Amino acid sequence: MDLVNLAAATLRISTPLLMVGMAGLLSYQVGLINIALEGMMLGGAFAGVVIGYELGSTWLGVLGAALIGAVLGALFALAVITLRANLIVSGLALNFLAVGGTAYLMDILYDQSGTLAPQGLQKLPTVQLPLIHDIPTVGRILSGHSPLVYVSWVLVPLTAIFLYRTVVGGHIRAVGEHAEAARTAGISVRRMQYLALILGGAMCGLAGAHLSLGDLPLFRERMTNDRGFIALAAVYFAAARPGWTALACLLFGFFEALQFRLQLQKTSIPNEFLQMLPYLMVVLALVVISARKEWRKGW
Amino acid sequence: MTYLRMTGITKYYPGVVANDGVDFEVEEGEIHALVGENGAGKSTLMKILYGMEKADAGQIYLRGELVHIPNPQAAIRLGIDMVHQHFELVPSMTVAENVALGHEPRRGLFVDRAAMIERVRALSEQFGLRVDPAAVVADLSVGEQQRVEILKLLYRDARLLILDEPSAVLTPQEVDDLFAVLRRLVAEGRTAILITHKLREVMAVCDRATVLRRGRVVGTVRVSETQPETIARMMVGRELEVVRRTTAQPPGEPVLVVHNLHVRDDRDLPAVRGVSFTVHAGEIVGLAGVEGNGQRELVDALVGLRAVESGEVVLAHQPVTEAGNRRRRALGMAIIPEDRTRQGLSAPSTLTENLVATRYHRPPFSRGGVLALRPMRLFAQQAIRQFDIRVRGPNVRVRTLSGGNAQKVVVARELAETPRVLIAAQPTRGLDVGATQFVHEELLRLRQVGTGILLISADLDELLALADRLLVIFEGQLVGEMTPETATRERLGLLMAGRGVAAELERVAQG
Ligand SMILES: Nc1ncnc2c1ncn2[C@@H]1O[C@H](COP(=O)(O)OP(=O)(O)OP(=O)(O)O)[C@@H](O)[C@H]1O
Ligand SMILES: [Mg+2]
Repeated sequence: MDLVNLAAATLRISTPLLMVGMAGLLSYQVGLINIALEGMMLGGAFAGVVIGYELGSTWLGVLGAALIGAVLGALFALAVITLRANLIVSGLALNFLAVGGTAYLMDILYDQSGTLAPQGLQKLPTVQLPLIHDIPTVGRILSGHSPLVYVSWVLVPLTAIFLYRTVVGGHIRAVGEHAEAARTAGISVRRMQYLALILGGAMCGLAGAHLSLGDLPLFRERMTNDRGFIALAAVYFAAARPGWTALACLLFGFFEALQFRLQLQKTSIPNEFLQMLPYLMVVLALVVISARKEWRKGW
Repeated sequence: MTYLRMTGITKYYPGVVANDGVDFEVEEGEIHALVGENGAGKSTLMKILYGMEKADAGQIYLRGELVHIPNPQAAIRLGIDMVHQHFELVPSMTVAENVALGHEPRRGLFVDRAAMIERVRALSEQFGLRVDPAAVVADLSVGEQQRVEILKLLYRDARLLILDEPSAVLTPQEVDDLFAVLRRLVAEGRTAILITHKLREVMAVCDRATVLRRGRVVGTVRVSETQPETIARMMVGRELEVVRRTTAQPPGEPVLVVHNLHVRDDRDLPAVRGVSFTVHAGEIVGLAGVEGNGQRELVDALVGLRAVESGEVVLAHQPVTEAGNRRRRALGMAIIPEDRTRQGLSAPSTLTENLVATRYHRPPFSRGGVLALRPMRLFAQQAIRQFDIRVRGPNVRVRTLSGGNAQKVVVARELAETPRVLIAAQPTRGLDVGATQFVHEELLRLRQVGTGILLISADLDELLALADRLLVIFEGQLVGEMTPETATRERLGLLMAGRGVAAELERVAQG
C-alpha cells in the first residue's frame, strides 16, 4: 500500500470534517447542539456549483457557498433562538429541507436528477506549497491539495484563538457554559448564539464547497454523506476543545482513507465491513472516553 | 437624600402576584435590609431593579430621576449591580475573566489579559478581598466565590450594590469579613441593599429594614430603634419562638455507623479522608463545616450515590457500603439533600410526582407495575395539609414554587414515614424564619420518636440549638468533637476554618 497516498488522502478527506467540526464546536461552546451541520454543508455544496457555474467563477462559487451556509445558519438561529422552536426537531427539519430542496432546485433549474455536473465549471486549482513541495516525501503529502485543504488547517488555530483570546470568543464560551452568568454580566445571550450559528454556517458552507468544487466540480444528491454527524461526534469526543476535535476528525479521515484503499486491494474482508470501519472507530473512541469518565462515579 | 425610589411596583407571574404595588426607598449611603418570608417577592423586586424582570406596573427613580431599566446592561450603566442568590460565575474561567466578563479591557479584538489581571489584583488588594486573579473559579471555595462576586461589582464601579442572601454559605468569620467590606464601601459613599433571612445580620450591619409579606410592604423600620422580635413578627405575622432541644435523652442503639471512610470527588481527588462516627437512635449529631470540605461527597456516599474508596457504612446493623440508594431507603434511611434543585426535586415535575418519587414502586402507588393515580393524589393532598405547603394544588409544577415551599416538599416526602436514620444536609438553607422553625420542630419530633439524625449545616445557631453532639469537618477529616455546652461560635468557627490547632495553641500560650 502506498503510505504517501494514504497520508495525502487522509488530509483531503479530513478537510470538510475539520471545517464542520469547528462549526459544531462553535455551537457546542455557545450551548446549542447543532445537528443541522449536515444540511448547511449540503446547501453550501449545491450553492457552490450553481453560483460557480452561473457566475463563471469557481472562486465566487466558494464565496457563495459560505454565504448560503451562513444564511442557513441564520435561519436555524431564527427558528431556535427567536422563535424558540425545538433544537433537535428544527435541526432535523433543516437537514430534510436541504436534501429535498437541492434535489428540487436541481430539477427545476437544470432539469437534472441525481448529479449536477455543469459543462465548463472548473474545479479549484491545486496549490503547490513553495519550498515544501520540493521536499521528497513530505512534499507529496502536504503539497498539491486544493486551497480549501489549507484553509481548513488555518481554521483550527483560528477558532482556538477566537474562542480563547478575543473578547467576543470569551463571551461565547461564557454563554455556553453559564448563560445566566453571562446575562447578569450584561452580555446578550441571543446575539452570541446568533453569531456562533452564523459563523458555523459559513464554515459548513465552505466544507460543502470543498466537496463539490475541490476535486470533481459536481454536485450529487446527499453528497455530504453524514459527515456533519461524524464531525459532531468528534466535537463530543474532544469535549469541544479545538485541538482534540481536529485530531478526532483526522482520525476519522485516516480510517476512511484506509478503508477506501483496502477496498481497492480486494482483500477477503467484505466491503460492507470496511465501510463500517471509520464509524466503528468513532463509536469505540467515544465509548472508551466516556467509560473512563464514569469509572469512578460508581452507580 | 433618597438615592432610590421604587413606586407602585407590581409583578404578576401565572397564578401569583409576586410584587403588589410595592413602594421602596433607599437613602444614599445606607445599608438597607430587605427581609420577608420565602416567596414574599424580595428577589423579584431586586430583579426588576436590575433589569432582569420586567415590572407590569410601577416606576423607578434614581436620585429623583425617572429611569428605565430594560436589561442588566442598563442597570450596570446606571451604577446598579447585583450579587445573586445563586452565584453567577463561569466555572471554567479564571477569577479575573469572571470579574471582567462583559467589560474586558480590550486591545483591538483581543482581551488585554495583563491589564485585566492587574486591575483585578489592584481591586482585590485595595478592598482586602483575598483571591488569586489567575485561579480557576471551579477550584475556589464558596467564600472565595463570594469575594469574586463582590469584586465584579467593584470592577464595574457599582454605586448601588444589591446582595441577595450573600451569607447563606459562609463561615462566621467570612460573614464578618464580608460585612467589614460592606461597611467600608458604604463609608466611601456607596449604597447597599441586603436581602437576608438572618435577623442577627440585619441587627449587625443594616441601618434600616423594609419588610415584605406576600408581595406587599409591611413597613420600614430604623434598625437601631427596633427589636429583632418586632421585625420577625412583621415578617411572619405572628410571634415566633426559638426552637431548642430541651430534654437530654439517653441515646439508643447505634443506627448509622461509619468506619474509616474514604471517598473521592468528581475530579478524583480525595474528598473524605478517614472519617468515622456513629449516630444513635434518638440522637441528633451535628456536622459543622464550611461548604466544600467533603460534606457533599460524604453525604453522597452515605446515601448510596457515590462509590466509596475504602471504609465501611453500617445502617441499622446491615452493612450497606456497596448498596444502592433504594436498598438503603428500604432499611429506613431518609435524605434531605443540600441542593434541592439538583438532587432533591425534579423541577419540571408536579408536586404529586415529587412527593411519591421515593415510593411509587410499591403499593399502594404501584399495582402490578401500573401507577395508581388516586392514592398518589390523596397522599399528596395529605402531605400538603400536614406540612402546610402553600400551593394552588397537587398538580402544580415544582419549578414555580418559592425556595421555602420547595424545601417543604422535600421535607414532606422524606418525613412522611418515620425514618430510622435521617441525613439532613443544610435543611434550612435559604428558608425564612417561619419555615426554619417548622423544619427544626420536625427534626426534634423525629428525635423524640427515636430517629437517628445526621444534621449537616453551616449555620452554627442551628447546630447549637439542635445537636446533641457536634463534629467539625475540615478538608475531609473530622477535626473536633464537642457537646453544645462546651462549644462556642468562636471555637467552632476557628475549627471550621482549619485554624483549630493554632487556636488551641494560642489559648494555651495565653494561659
Ligand atoms: N419565574 C417564575 N415563574 C413563576 N412564579 C415565580 C417565578 N419567580 C418567582 N415566582 C413566584 O413569585 C413569588 C416571589 O418569588 P421571589 O423569588 O421574589 O421570593 P423571595 O422573597 O426572593 O423568596 P426566597 O426568600 O425564597 O428567595 C413566589 O411565589 C414565587 O413562587
Ligand atoms: Mg429570593
